[in-house]
Amino acid sequence: MTGRTVAEKIIGRAAGTADARAGAVVEAYPDLLMSHENTYLVSKAFSELGAKKPYDVDRIAIVLDHRTPANTVETAAAHSNIRALVRDLGIKHFYDVGEGICHQILVEEHLAKPGQLIVGTDSHTSTAGAVGAFATGIGATEMAGVWATGYLWLKVPETIRVHLKGHLEKAVFPKDVSLHLAAKLGPSAAEYKCIEFDGIFLFDISISGRMVLCNMATELGAKAAVVPADSTFSTWSPEHCGLNGHACKSDPDARFIESFDVDAEKIPPMVSGPHRVELAGPVDKFEGIKIDQAFIGTCTNGRLEDLIAASWVLKGNKVAPGVRLLVCPASRSVLSTAMEMGVIQTIVAAGGTILPPGCGPCLGAHGGVLGPGEVCISSGNRNFRGRMGSQDSEIYIASPATVASSAITGRVTDPRGWLTVDL
Amino acid sequence: MTSSGRVWKFGDDVNTDLIIPGRYLSSYDAAHLAKHAMEGLSGSFAKDVRPGDVIVAGTHFGCGSSREQAVIALKSAGVSAVVAKSFARIFYRNAVNLGLPVLVSADASENFEDGDMAAVDIPSLKIASADGSKVSVIEGVPEHVRAILESGGLVPHLRARIEKGR
Repeated sequence: MTGRTVAEKIIGRAAGTADARAGAVVEAYPDLLMSHENTYLVSKAFSELGAKKPYDVDRIAIVLDHRTPANTVETAAAHSNIRALVRDLGIKHFYDVGEGICHQILVEEHLAKPGQLIVGTDSHTSTAGAVGAFATGIGATEMAGVWATGYLWLKVPETIRVHLKGHLEKAVFPKDVSLHLAAKLGPSAAEYKCIEFDGIFLFDISISGRMVLCNMATELGAKAAVVPADSTFSTWSPEHCGLNGHACKSDPDARFIESFDVDAEKIPPMVSGPHRVELAGPVDKFEGIKIDQAFIGTCTNGRLEDLIAASWVLKGNKVAPGVRLLVCPASRSVLSTAMEMGVIQTIVAAGGTILPPGCGPCLGAHGGVLGPGEVCISSGNRNFRGRMGSQDSEIYIASPATVASSAITGRVTDPRGWLTVDL
Repeated sequence: MTSSGRVWKFGDDVNTDLIIPGRYLSSYDAAHLAKHAMEGLSGSFAKDVRPGDVIVAGTHFGCGSSREQAVIALKSAGVSAVVAKSFARIFYRNAVNLGLPVLVSADASENFEDGDMAAVDIPSLKIASADGSKVSVIEGVPEHVRAILESGGLVPHLRARIEKGR
Protein backbone atom coordinates (compact mmCIF):
# COMPACT_ATOMS: atom_id res chain seq x y z
CA MET A 1 0.00 0.00 0.00
CA THR A 2 1.51 3.31 -1.06
CA GLY A 3 1.37 6.39 1.13
CA ARG A 4 -1.52 8.83 1.04
CA THR A 5 -1.86 12.30 -0.45
CA VAL A 6 -3.14 15.27 1.53
CA ALA A 7 -6.49 14.95 -0.27
CA GLU A 8 -6.80 11.27 0.66
CA LYS A 9 -5.89 11.96 4.29
CA ILE A 10 -8.24 14.90 4.78
CA ILE A 11 -11.25 13.36 3.04
CA GLY A 12 -10.58 10.01 4.71
CA ARG A 13 -10.56 11.64 8.15
CA ALA A 14 -13.78 13.53 7.39
CA ALA A 15 -15.40 10.33 6.15
CA GLY A 16 -14.15 8.27 9.07
CA THR A 17 -12.25 5.78 6.91
CA ALA A 18 -8.64 5.06 5.98
CA ASP A 19 -9.87 3.57 2.69
CA ALA A 20 -10.57 6.92 1.08
CA ARG A 21 -8.18 6.37 -1.82
CA ALA A 22 -8.36 8.25 -5.12
CA GLY A 23 -11.44 7.11 -7.03
CA ALA A 24 -13.43 6.03 -3.97
CA VAL A 25 -16.81 7.66 -3.37
CA VAL A 26 -17.38 8.44 0.31
CA GLU A 27 -19.82 10.30 2.53
CA ALA A 28 -17.71 12.97 4.21
CA TYR A 29 -18.54 15.40 7.02
CA PRO A 30 -16.94 18.80 6.25
CA ASP A 31 -15.54 20.90 9.11
CA LEU A 32 -16.58 24.24 7.67
CA LEU A 33 -19.55 25.20 5.45
CA MET A 34 -19.23 28.60 3.79
CA SER A 35 -21.82 30.43 1.72
CA HIS A 36 -22.29 34.01 0.54
CA GLU A 37 -25.30 35.80 -1.02
CA ASN A 38 -26.48 32.49 -2.41
CA THR A 39 -27.31 31.58 1.20
CA TYR A 40 -30.71 32.81 0.02
CA LEU A 41 -30.96 29.74 -2.21
CA VAL A 42 -29.42 27.55 0.51
CA SER A 43 -32.07 28.63 3.00
CA LYS A 44 -34.89 27.99 0.52
CA ALA A 45 -33.65 24.44 -0.11
CA PHE A 46 -32.97 23.94 3.63
CA SER A 47 -36.57 24.70 4.52
CA GLU A 48 -37.80 22.39 1.73
CA LEU A 49 -35.72 19.59 3.24
CA GLY A 50 -37.81 19.64 6.38
CA ALA A 51 -34.81 19.58 8.74
CA LYS A 52 -35.59 21.19 12.09
CA LYS A 53 -32.10 22.50 12.70
CA PRO A 54 -28.62 22.26 11.18
CA TYR A 55 -26.46 19.25 11.91
CA ASP A 56 -23.89 21.60 13.52
CA VAL A 57 -24.67 25.30 13.36
CA ASP A 58 -21.15 26.24 14.46
CA ARG A 59 -19.67 24.83 11.25
CA ILE A 60 -21.64 27.34 9.19
CA ALA A 61 -20.02 30.61 8.03
CA ILE A 62 -21.90 33.20 5.97
CA VAL A 63 -20.26 36.21 4.31
CA LEU A 64 -22.14 38.80 2.26
CA ASP A 65 -19.74 39.94 -0.45
CA HIS A 66 -20.99 39.47 -4.02
CA ARG A 67 -23.44 42.36 -4.30
CA THR A 68 -22.55 44.60 -1.39
CA PRO A 69 -23.81 47.16 -0.53
CA ALA A 70 -27.01 45.89 -2.15
CA ASN A 71 -27.23 46.74 -5.86
CA THR A 72 -30.97 46.16 -6.30
CA VAL A 73 -34.13 45.93 -4.23
CA GLU A 74 -34.12 42.14 -4.75
CA THR A 75 -30.59 41.88 -3.37
CA ALA A 76 -31.47 44.06 -0.37
CA ALA A 77 -34.45 41.81 0.35
CA ALA A 78 -32.27 38.70 0.03
CA HIS A 79 -29.73 40.22 2.44
CA SER A 80 -32.54 40.90 4.97
CA ASN A 81 -33.77 37.37 4.58
CA ILE A 82 -30.26 36.02 5.28
CA ARG A 83 -29.88 38.23 8.39
CA ALA A 84 -33.19 36.87 9.74
CA LEU A 85 -32.03 33.31 9.09
CA VAL A 86 -28.74 33.99 10.90
CA ARG A 87 -30.73 35.19 13.92
CA ASP A 88 -33.22 32.33 13.82
CA LEU A 89 -30.63 29.56 13.52
CA GLY A 90 -28.12 31.26 15.85
CA ILE A 91 -25.28 31.30 13.30
CA LYS A 92 -22.20 32.78 14.99
CA HIS A 93 -19.89 33.14 12.02
CA PHE A 94 -21.77 35.82 10.09
CA TYR A 95 -20.02 38.65 8.23
CA ASP A 96 -22.32 41.36 6.95
CA VAL A 97 -21.92 43.85 4.10
CA GLY A 98 -18.52 45.56 4.11
CA GLU A 99 -16.50 42.96 6.02
CA GLY A 100 -14.92 41.49 2.92
CA ILE A 101 -14.75 38.59 0.48
CA CYS A 102 -15.72 35.16 1.81
CA HIS A 103 -12.41 33.48 0.91
CA GLN A 104 -10.43 36.29 2.53
CA ILE A 105 -12.56 36.18 5.70
CA LEU A 106 -12.19 32.40 6.13
CA VAL A 107 -8.41 32.75 6.22
CA GLU A 108 -8.17 36.11 7.98
CA GLU A 109 -10.52 35.06 10.78
CA HIS A 110 -8.73 31.70 11.11
CA LEU A 111 -11.95 29.84 10.39
CA ALA A 112 -10.04 27.80 7.81
CA LYS A 113 -7.41 25.59 9.40
CA PRO A 114 -4.87 23.00 8.26
CA GLY A 115 -6.28 19.54 7.68
CA GLN A 116 -9.88 20.69 7.46
CA LEU A 117 -12.38 19.63 4.83
CA ILE A 118 -14.15 22.81 3.73
CA VAL A 119 -17.07 23.20 1.32
CA GLY A 120 -18.23 26.58 0.04
CA THR A 121 -20.89 27.72 -2.40
CA ASP A 122 -18.32 29.44 -4.56
CA SER A 123 -15.98 28.08 -7.20
CA HIS A 124 -12.96 29.81 -5.66
CA THR A 125 -13.40 28.01 -2.33
CA SER A 126 -10.10 26.32 -3.26
CA THR A 127 -8.40 29.50 -1.95
CA ALA A 128 -8.41 28.11 1.62
CA GLY A 129 -5.99 25.43 0.44
CA ALA A 130 -3.35 28.07 1.21
CA VAL A 131 -3.58 27.12 4.88
CA GLY A 132 -3.40 23.39 4.27
CA ALA A 133 -7.13 22.67 4.07
CA PHE A 134 -8.93 20.69 1.36
CA ALA A 135 -11.50 23.25 0.24
CA THR A 136 -13.90 22.76 -2.64
CA GLY A 137 -16.87 24.47 -4.27
CA ILE A 138 -20.44 23.13 -4.30
CA GLY A 139 -23.85 24.56 -5.20
CA ALA A 140 -26.51 26.08 -2.97
CA THR A 141 -28.89 23.09 -2.85
CA GLU A 142 -26.03 20.79 -1.96
CA MET A 143 -25.03 23.17 0.84
CA ALA A 144 -28.57 22.94 2.22
CA GLY A 145 -28.12 19.18 2.29
CA VAL A 146 -24.85 19.52 4.22
CA TRP A 147 -26.41 21.99 6.64
CA ALA A 148 -29.17 19.47 7.35
CA THR A 149 -27.32 16.15 7.38
CA GLY A 150 -23.72 17.18 7.99
CA TYR A 151 -22.38 15.22 5.01
CA LEU A 152 -22.14 15.03 1.24
CA TRP A 153 -20.82 12.47 -1.22
CA LEU A 154 -17.34 13.15 -2.52
CA LYS A 155 -15.19 11.30 -4.97
CA VAL A 156 -11.65 11.25 -3.62
CA PRO A 157 -9.59 12.99 -6.30
CA GLU A 158 -6.28 12.09 -7.87
CA THR A 159 -3.57 14.64 -7.10
CA ILE A 160 -1.30 16.54 -9.47
CA ARG A 161 1.91 17.70 -7.84
CA VAL A 162 3.30 21.05 -8.98
CA HIS A 163 6.87 21.53 -7.86
CA LEU A 164 7.90 25.19 -7.88
CA LYS A 165 11.63 25.70 -8.31
CA GLY A 166 13.76 28.80 -7.85
CA HIS A 167 12.74 32.34 -6.95
CA LEU A 168 10.62 35.00 -8.63
CA GLU A 169 12.25 37.87 -10.52
CA LYS A 170 11.51 41.49 -9.63
CA ALA A 171 7.94 42.62 -10.48
CA VAL A 172 6.85 38.99 -10.91
CA PHE A 173 4.22 37.67 -8.52
CA PRO A 174 2.37 34.45 -7.67
CA LYS A 175 -0.38 35.68 -10.06
CA ASP A 176 2.12 35.50 -12.91
CA VAL A 177 2.95 31.92 -11.89
CA SER A 178 -0.77 31.08 -12.01
CA LEU A 179 -1.21 32.65 -15.45
CA HIS A 180 1.88 30.75 -16.63
CA LEU A 181 0.25 27.52 -15.41
CA ALA A 182 -3.04 28.43 -17.13
CA ALA A 183 -1.25 28.99 -20.45
CA LYS A 184 0.71 25.78 -20.07
CA LEU A 185 -2.05 23.47 -18.87
CA GLY A 186 -5.41 24.88 -20.05
CA PRO A 187 -8.76 25.18 -18.28
CA SER A 188 -9.51 21.51 -17.66
CA ALA A 189 -6.08 20.01 -16.97
CA ALA A 190 -6.96 19.45 -13.33
CA GLU A 191 -10.65 18.60 -13.83
CA TYR A 192 -11.85 16.48 -10.86
CA LYS A 193 -8.32 16.59 -9.44
CA CYS A 194 -6.48 18.20 -6.55
CA ILE A 195 -3.32 20.23 -7.12
CA GLU A 196 -0.67 20.05 -4.45
CA PHE A 197 2.00 22.75 -4.56
CA ASP A 198 5.47 22.24 -3.15
CA GLY A 199 9.00 23.52 -3.57
CA ILE A 200 11.45 25.98 -2.14
CA PHE A 201 9.63 28.85 -3.90
CA LEU A 202 6.83 28.56 -1.37
CA PHE A 203 9.16 29.76 1.38
CA ASP A 204 9.47 33.05 -0.54
CA ILE A 205 5.80 33.78 -0.48
CA SER A 206 3.34 34.59 2.21
CA ILE A 207 -0.05 33.09 2.95
CA SER A 208 -1.42 35.78 0.57
CA GLY A 209 0.69 34.48 -2.31
CA ARG A 210 -0.34 30.92 -1.56
CA MET A 211 -3.98 32.04 -1.65
CA VAL A 212 -3.39 33.32 -5.20
CA LEU A 213 -2.00 29.95 -6.34
CA CYS A 214 -4.86 27.99 -4.74
CA ASN A 215 -7.50 30.47 -5.95
CA MET A 216 -6.34 30.33 -9.57
CA ALA A 217 -6.15 26.51 -9.48
CA THR A 218 -9.91 26.69 -10.11
CA GLU A 219 -9.08 28.14 -13.55
CA LEU A 220 -7.22 24.90 -14.27
CA GLY A 221 -10.41 23.02 -13.43
CA ALA A 222 -9.12 21.80 -10.05
CA LYS A 223 -11.50 20.46 -7.42
CA ALA A 224 -9.15 21.77 -4.76
CA ALA A 225 -5.57 22.93 -4.35
CA VAL A 226 -3.40 22.58 -1.28
CA VAL A 227 -0.20 24.07 0.03
CA PRO A 228 0.64 21.78 2.94
CA ALA A 229 1.02 23.80 6.14
CA ASP A 230 4.72 24.41 6.85
CA SER A 231 6.93 26.74 8.85
CA THR A 232 5.62 29.82 6.98
CA PHE A 233 2.16 28.87 8.14
CA SER A 234 3.25 28.25 11.71
CA THR A 235 4.89 31.69 11.81
CA TRP A 236 1.74 33.26 10.43
CA SER A 237 -0.60 31.46 12.78
CA PRO A 238 1.26 29.60 15.55
CA GLU A 239 -1.91 29.02 17.54
CA HIS A 240 -3.58 27.23 14.64
CA CYS A 241 -0.81 25.07 13.28
CA GLY A 242 -1.33 21.41 13.94
CA LEU A 243 -4.72 22.21 15.40
CA ASN A 244 -6.83 19.08 15.90
CA GLY A 245 -3.66 17.14 15.12
CA HIS A 246 -4.89 16.60 11.56
CA ALA A 247 -2.29 15.28 9.16
CA CYS A 248 -1.78 17.77 6.36
CA LYS A 249 1.24 16.61 4.44
CA SER A 250 1.40 13.91 1.77
CA ASP A 251 3.40 10.78 2.61
CA PRO A 252 6.78 10.57 0.83
CA ASP A 253 5.54 7.57 -1.17
CA ALA A 254 2.09 9.01 -1.96
CA ARG A 255 0.90 8.42 -5.51
CA PHE A 256 0.56 11.48 -7.76
CA ILE A 257 -1.19 11.03 -11.09
CA GLU A 258 1.09 13.65 -12.60
CA SER A 259 4.00 15.67 -11.35
CA PHE A 260 5.83 18.51 -12.96
CA ASP A 261 8.28 21.27 -12.26
CA VAL A 262 7.85 24.99 -12.79
CA ASP A 263 10.96 27.15 -12.93
CA ALA A 264 9.92 30.38 -11.22
CA GLU A 265 12.98 32.28 -12.47
CA LYS A 266 11.89 31.87 -16.09
CA ILE A 267 8.45 33.43 -15.58
CA PRO A 268 8.03 37.08 -16.69
CA PRO A 269 5.06 39.32 -15.79
CA MET A 270 2.09 37.66 -17.52
CA VAL A 271 -1.18 38.89 -19.01
CA SER A 272 -4.22 36.87 -20.07
CA GLY A 273 -6.35 38.16 -22.94
CA PRO A 274 -10.04 37.86 -23.75
CA HIS A 275 -12.00 35.69 -23.35
CA ARG A 276 -10.21 32.72 -21.80
CA VAL A 277 -7.76 32.57 -18.92
CA GLU A 278 -5.45 30.19 -20.79
CA LEU A 279 -4.90 32.81 -23.50
CA ALA A 280 -2.05 34.09 -21.35
CA GLY A 281 1.45 35.08 -22.33
CA PRO A 282 4.34 37.37 -21.40
CA VAL A 283 3.26 41.00 -20.94
CA ASP A 284 5.22 42.15 -24.01
CA LYS A 285 2.76 40.22 -26.21
CA PHE A 286 -0.01 42.54 -25.00
CA GLU A 287 1.83 45.82 -24.42
CA GLY A 288 0.19 48.88 -25.91
CA ILE A 289 -3.43 47.62 -25.84
CA LYS A 290 -5.56 50.61 -24.83
CA ILE A 291 -7.63 50.29 -21.65
CA ASP A 292 -10.64 52.17 -20.24
CA GLN A 293 -10.63 50.69 -16.74
CA ALA A 294 -8.05 49.19 -14.40
CA PHE A 295 -9.38 47.11 -11.50
CA ILE A 296 -7.41 45.92 -8.48
CA GLY A 297 -9.25 43.69 -6.06
CA THR A 298 -11.03 40.28 -5.81
CA CYS A 299 -10.43 37.04 -3.94
CA THR A 300 -7.40 36.54 -6.17
CA ASN A 301 -5.54 39.83 -5.69
CA GLY A 302 -7.23 42.29 -3.33
CA ARG A 303 -5.02 41.66 -0.30
CA LEU A 304 -2.65 43.98 1.53
CA GLU A 305 0.47 42.99 -0.39
CA ASP A 306 -1.42 43.50 -3.66
CA LEU A 307 -2.42 47.03 -2.66
CA ILE A 308 1.14 47.73 -1.48
CA ALA A 309 2.61 46.55 -4.81
CA ALA A 310 0.13 48.75 -6.67
CA SER A 311 0.91 51.76 -4.46
CA TRP A 312 4.64 51.41 -5.07
CA VAL A 313 3.99 51.55 -8.81
CA LEU A 314 1.53 54.44 -8.44
CA LYS A 315 3.57 56.56 -6.00
CA GLY A 316 4.24 59.98 -7.54
CA ASN A 317 2.33 59.06 -10.72
CA LYS A 318 -1.14 59.82 -12.04
CA VAL A 319 -3.71 57.57 -13.64
CA ALA A 320 -3.89 58.32 -17.39
CA PRO A 321 -6.64 60.74 -18.48
CA GLY A 322 -9.77 58.85 -19.51
CA VAL A 323 -8.84 55.77 -17.48
CA ARG A 324 -10.68 54.71 -14.33
CA LEU A 325 -8.63 52.97 -11.64
CA LEU A 326 -10.88 51.08 -9.20
CA VAL A 327 -9.38 49.54 -6.09
CA CYS A 328 -11.44 47.19 -3.95
CA PRO A 329 -9.74 45.86 -0.79
CA ALA A 330 -10.51 42.21 -0.06
CA SER A 331 -11.60 42.98 3.49
CA ARG A 332 -12.16 45.68 6.10
CA SER A 333 -8.94 44.58 7.77
CA VAL A 334 -7.00 44.96 4.49
CA LEU A 335 -8.52 48.42 3.99
CA SER A 336 -7.78 49.45 7.55
CA THR A 337 -4.12 48.34 7.48
CA ALA A 338 -3.63 49.86 4.02
CA MET A 339 -4.92 53.16 5.45
CA GLU A 340 -2.54 53.01 8.41
CA MET A 341 0.35 52.36 6.02
CA GLY A 342 -0.56 55.26 3.72
CA VAL A 343 -1.21 52.86 0.83
CA ILE A 344 -4.78 54.06 0.31
CA GLN A 345 -3.62 57.72 0.36
CA THR A 346 -1.08 56.96 -2.40
CA ILE A 347 -3.72 55.24 -4.53
CA VAL A 348 -6.21 58.08 -4.07
CA ALA A 349 -3.56 60.74 -4.76
CA ALA A 350 -2.74 58.95 -8.02
CA GLY A 351 -6.39 59.22 -9.05
CA GLY A 352 -7.71 55.83 -7.93
CA THR A 353 -11.25 55.23 -6.61
CA ILE A 354 -11.63 53.05 -3.51
CA LEU A 355 -14.60 50.65 -3.49
CA PRO A 356 -16.11 49.05 -0.37
CA PRO A 357 -14.55 45.68 0.59
CA GLY A 358 -16.23 42.84 -1.30
CA CYS A 359 -16.19 41.26 -4.75
CA GLY A 360 -16.57 44.62 -6.52
CA PRO A 361 -17.25 44.55 -10.27
CA CYS A 362 -15.50 41.17 -10.83
CA LEU A 363 -18.78 39.36 -11.41
CA GLY A 364 -20.39 42.15 -13.40
CA ALA A 365 -23.22 42.93 -10.99
CA HIS A 366 -22.29 46.45 -9.86
CA GLY A 367 -19.59 48.91 -8.85
CA GLY A 368 -17.76 49.42 -12.14
CA VAL A 369 -19.37 47.28 -14.84
CA LEU A 370 -18.10 47.66 -18.41
CA GLY A 371 -19.96 49.29 -21.29
CA PRO A 372 -19.98 48.12 -24.94
CA GLY A 373 -16.53 48.24 -26.52
CA GLU A 374 -14.76 48.94 -23.22
CA VAL A 375 -11.53 47.28 -22.17
CA CYS A 376 -10.55 46.50 -18.57
CA ILE A 377 -7.34 45.17 -17.11
CA SER A 378 -8.16 43.37 -13.87
CA SER A 379 -6.32 41.61 -11.08
CA GLY A 380 -9.21 39.10 -10.93
CA ASN A 381 -9.38 35.51 -12.02
CA ARG A 382 -11.69 35.30 -15.03
CA ASN A 383 -11.91 37.12 -18.33
CA PHE A 384 -14.91 35.27 -19.77
CA ARG A 385 -16.98 37.17 -22.32
CA GLY A 386 -19.50 39.48 -20.67
CA ARG A 387 -18.35 38.66 -17.13
CA MET A 388 -17.85 42.26 -16.02
CA GLY A 389 -20.71 43.79 -18.01
CA SER A 390 -21.39 44.21 -21.72
CA GLN A 391 -21.03 41.19 -24.00
CA ASP A 392 -18.93 43.49 -26.17
CA SER A 393 -16.39 44.41 -23.51
CA GLU A 394 -12.98 42.83 -23.04
CA ILE A 395 -11.08 41.81 -19.90
CA TYR A 396 -7.34 41.30 -19.57
CA ILE A 397 -6.06 39.80 -16.33
CA ALA A 398 -2.70 40.40 -14.68
CA SER A 399 -0.98 41.02 -11.35
CA PRO A 400 -1.86 44.18 -9.36
CA ALA A 401 1.53 45.72 -10.30
CA THR A 402 0.81 45.23 -14.01
CA VAL A 403 -2.71 46.63 -13.57
CA ALA A 404 -1.24 49.69 -11.80
CA SER A 405 1.44 50.38 -14.43
CA SER A 406 -1.23 50.00 -17.14
CA ALA A 407 -3.48 52.49 -15.31
CA ILE A 408 -0.68 55.09 -15.44
CA THR A 409 -0.03 54.79 -19.18
CA GLY A 410 -3.59 53.93 -20.25
CA ARG A 411 -2.24 50.88 -22.09
CA VAL A 412 -1.21 47.38 -21.06
CA THR A 413 2.26 48.04 -19.63
CA ASP A 414 5.16 45.97 -18.31
CA PRO A 415 5.44 46.75 -14.57
CA ARG A 416 9.22 46.21 -14.55
CA GLY A 417 9.88 49.80 -15.65
CA TRP A 418 7.64 51.14 -12.89
CA LEU A 419 8.27 48.92 -9.90
CA THR A 420 11.74 49.99 -8.87
CA VAL A 421 11.66 48.88 -5.24
CA ASP A 422 12.30 45.30 -4.18
CA LEU A 423 9.24 43.82 -2.51
CA MET B 1 -36.34 8.47 -18.06
CA THR B 2 -36.63 9.44 -21.70
CA SER B 3 -36.85 12.89 -23.18
CA SER B 4 -36.88 14.25 -26.68
CA GLY B 5 -36.68 17.51 -28.53
CA ARG B 6 -34.45 19.73 -30.62
CA VAL B 7 -30.68 19.51 -30.24
CA TRP B 8 -28.95 22.75 -29.28
CA LYS B 9 -25.28 22.30 -29.98
CA PHE B 10 -22.47 24.16 -28.23
CA GLY B 11 -18.68 23.79 -28.17
CA ASP B 12 -16.06 23.21 -25.46
CA ASP B 13 -15.65 25.09 -22.16
CA VAL B 14 -19.13 26.65 -22.08
CA ASN B 15 -18.80 28.66 -18.86
CA THR B 16 -21.51 29.77 -16.45
CA ASP B 17 -20.97 33.45 -17.35
CA LEU B 18 -22.18 32.49 -20.84
CA ILE B 19 -25.04 30.31 -19.54
CA ILE B 20 -26.36 33.05 -17.23
CA PRO B 21 -24.37 36.30 -16.95
CA GLY B 22 -23.69 37.70 -13.46
CA ARG B 23 -25.78 40.80 -14.12
CA TYR B 24 -28.97 38.69 -13.91
CA LEU B 25 -28.10 36.96 -10.64
CA SER B 26 -29.75 39.59 -8.47
CA SER B 27 -32.99 37.87 -9.41
CA TYR B 28 -33.97 34.48 -8.02
CA ASP B 29 -36.99 34.12 -10.30
CA ALA B 30 -36.59 31.00 -12.44
CA ALA B 31 -38.72 32.36 -15.30
CA HIS B 32 -36.65 35.55 -15.42
CA LEU B 33 -33.41 33.56 -15.46
CA ALA B 34 -34.79 31.35 -18.27
CA LYS B 35 -35.33 34.44 -20.41
CA HIS B 36 -31.57 35.05 -20.36
CA ALA B 37 -30.37 31.45 -20.61
CA MET B 38 -27.35 31.03 -22.91
CA GLU B 39 -27.45 34.74 -23.67
CA GLY B 40 -23.66 34.84 -23.90
CA LEU B 41 -23.64 32.34 -26.76
CA SER B 42 -26.93 32.49 -28.61
CA GLY B 43 -29.41 35.25 -29.27
CA SER B 44 -32.18 32.81 -30.18
CA PHE B 45 -31.83 30.04 -27.58
CA ALA B 46 -33.94 31.59 -24.81
CA LYS B 47 -36.63 32.58 -27.30
CA ASP B 48 -36.83 29.36 -29.29
CA VAL B 49 -36.02 26.60 -26.78
CA ARG B 50 -38.96 24.26 -26.11
CA PRO B 51 -39.70 21.79 -23.29
CA GLY B 52 -37.82 18.56 -23.94
CA ASP B 53 -34.97 20.12 -25.92
CA VAL B 54 -31.50 18.72 -25.39
CA ILE B 55 -28.13 20.47 -25.17
CA VAL B 56 -25.23 18.63 -26.80
CA ALA B 57 -21.78 20.04 -26.06
CA GLY B 58 -18.06 19.32 -25.99
CA THR B 59 -15.73 19.13 -23.03
CA HIS B 60 -15.84 20.91 -19.64
CA PHE B 61 -19.46 22.08 -19.94
CA GLY B 62 -20.51 24.46 -17.15
CA CYS B 63 -17.05 25.56 -16.05
CA GLY B 64 -16.61 28.75 -14.04
CA SER B 65 -18.67 29.88 -11.10
CA SER B 66 -20.71 27.69 -8.76
CA ARG B 67 -23.91 29.62 -9.54
CA GLU B 68 -26.81 27.20 -9.35
CA GLN B 69 -28.78 29.72 -11.42
CA ALA B 70 -27.00 28.26 -14.48
CA VAL B 71 -28.90 25.01 -13.98
CA ILE B 72 -32.10 26.79 -12.91
CA ALA B 73 -32.04 28.90 -16.10
CA LEU B 74 -31.58 25.89 -18.40
CA LYS B 75 -34.11 23.72 -16.58
CA SER B 76 -36.67 26.46 -16.38
CA ALA B 77 -36.17 27.20 -20.10
CA GLY B 78 -37.25 23.61 -20.80
CA VAL B 79 -33.95 21.78 -21.32
CA SER B 80 -34.53 18.10 -20.49
CA ALA B 81 -30.92 16.88 -20.54
CA VAL B 82 -27.37 17.98 -21.27
CA VAL B 83 -25.16 15.50 -23.12
CA ALA B 84 -21.48 16.49 -23.19
CA LYS B 85 -18.01 15.01 -23.59
CA SER B 86 -17.27 16.10 -20.02
CA PHE B 87 -18.64 18.42 -17.35
CA ALA B 88 -17.10 20.85 -14.91
CA ARG B 89 -17.69 19.27 -11.53
CA ILE B 90 -19.76 21.92 -9.72
CA PHE B 91 -22.16 22.28 -12.66
CA TYR B 92 -22.46 18.49 -12.79
CA ARG B 93 -23.35 18.26 -9.10
CA ASN B 94 -25.73 21.21 -9.30
CA ALA B 95 -27.57 19.65 -12.25
CA VAL B 96 -27.92 16.30 -10.49
CA ASN B 97 -29.03 18.03 -7.29
CA LEU B 98 -31.75 19.92 -9.17
CA GLY B 99 -32.80 16.83 -11.12
CA LEU B 100 -31.48 17.82 -14.56
CA PRO B 101 -29.88 14.77 -16.23
CA VAL B 102 -26.26 15.44 -17.21
CA LEU B 103 -24.87 12.65 -19.34
CA VAL B 104 -21.42 11.94 -20.71
CA SER B 105 -21.04 10.80 -24.31
CA ALA B 106 -17.72 10.46 -26.12
CA ASP B 107 -19.09 11.21 -29.57
CA ALA B 108 -22.54 12.83 -29.39
CA SER B 109 -20.98 16.23 -30.02
CA GLU B 110 -19.47 14.93 -33.26
CA ASN B 111 -22.52 12.90 -34.26
CA PHE B 112 -25.27 15.44 -33.75
CA GLU B 113 -25.89 18.78 -35.45
CA ASP B 114 -27.61 21.83 -34.11
CA GLY B 115 -31.31 21.56 -34.99
CA ASP B 116 -31.45 17.74 -35.11
CA MET B 117 -34.45 16.18 -33.38
CA ALA B 118 -33.25 13.62 -30.85
CA ALA B 119 -34.35 11.45 -27.94
CA VAL B 120 -32.28 10.75 -24.85
CA ASP B 121 -32.96 7.33 -23.38
CA ILE B 122 -31.28 7.04 -19.99
CA PRO B 123 -32.19 3.42 -19.14
CA SER B 124 -30.71 2.17 -22.40
CA LEU B 125 -27.87 4.73 -22.29
CA LYS B 126 -28.18 6.25 -25.73
CA ILE B 127 -29.10 9.39 -27.58
CA ALA B 128 -30.69 8.81 -30.98
CA SER B 129 -31.97 11.07 -33.74
CA ALA B 130 -35.69 10.98 -34.46
CA ASP B 131 -35.14 9.25 -37.83
CA GLY B 132 -32.82 6.70 -36.24
CA SER B 133 -29.88 7.63 -38.47
CA LYS B 134 -27.65 8.78 -35.60
CA VAL B 135 -27.04 7.00 -32.31
CA SER B 136 -24.47 7.81 -29.63
CA VAL B 137 -23.73 5.82 -26.52
CA ILE B 138 -24.05 7.50 -23.12
CA GLU B 139 -21.79 6.46 -20.25
CA GLY B 140 -23.39 4.69 -17.32
CA VAL B 141 -24.47 6.99 -14.49
CA PRO B 142 -22.79 6.14 -11.14
CA GLU B 143 -25.17 4.51 -8.66
CA HIS B 144 -25.06 7.33 -6.07
CA VAL B 145 -25.79 9.91 -8.78
CA ARG B 146 -28.56 7.84 -10.33
CA ALA B 147 -30.26 7.56 -6.94
CA ILE B 148 -30.43 11.36 -6.63
CA LEU B 149 -31.63 11.83 -10.23
CA GLU B 150 -34.30 9.18 -9.81
CA SER B 151 -35.60 10.95 -6.70
CA GLY B 152 -35.93 14.11 -8.80
CA GLY B 153 -33.02 15.91 -7.12
CA LEU B 154 -31.21 16.22 -3.80
CA VAL B 155 -34.09 17.79 -1.83
CA PRO B 156 -36.57 14.94 -2.39
CA HIS B 157 -33.70 12.44 -2.09
CA LEU B 158 -32.55 13.71 1.31
CA ARG B 159 -36.02 14.53 2.58
CA ALA B 160 -36.78 10.82 2.56
CA ARG B 161 -33.59 10.13 4.56
CA ILE B 162 -34.26 12.97 6.99
CA GLU B 163 -37.80 11.70 7.64
CA LYS B 164 -36.32 8.29 8.42
CA GLY B 165 -34.08 10.01 10.96
CA ARG B 166 -30.74 9.78 9.17
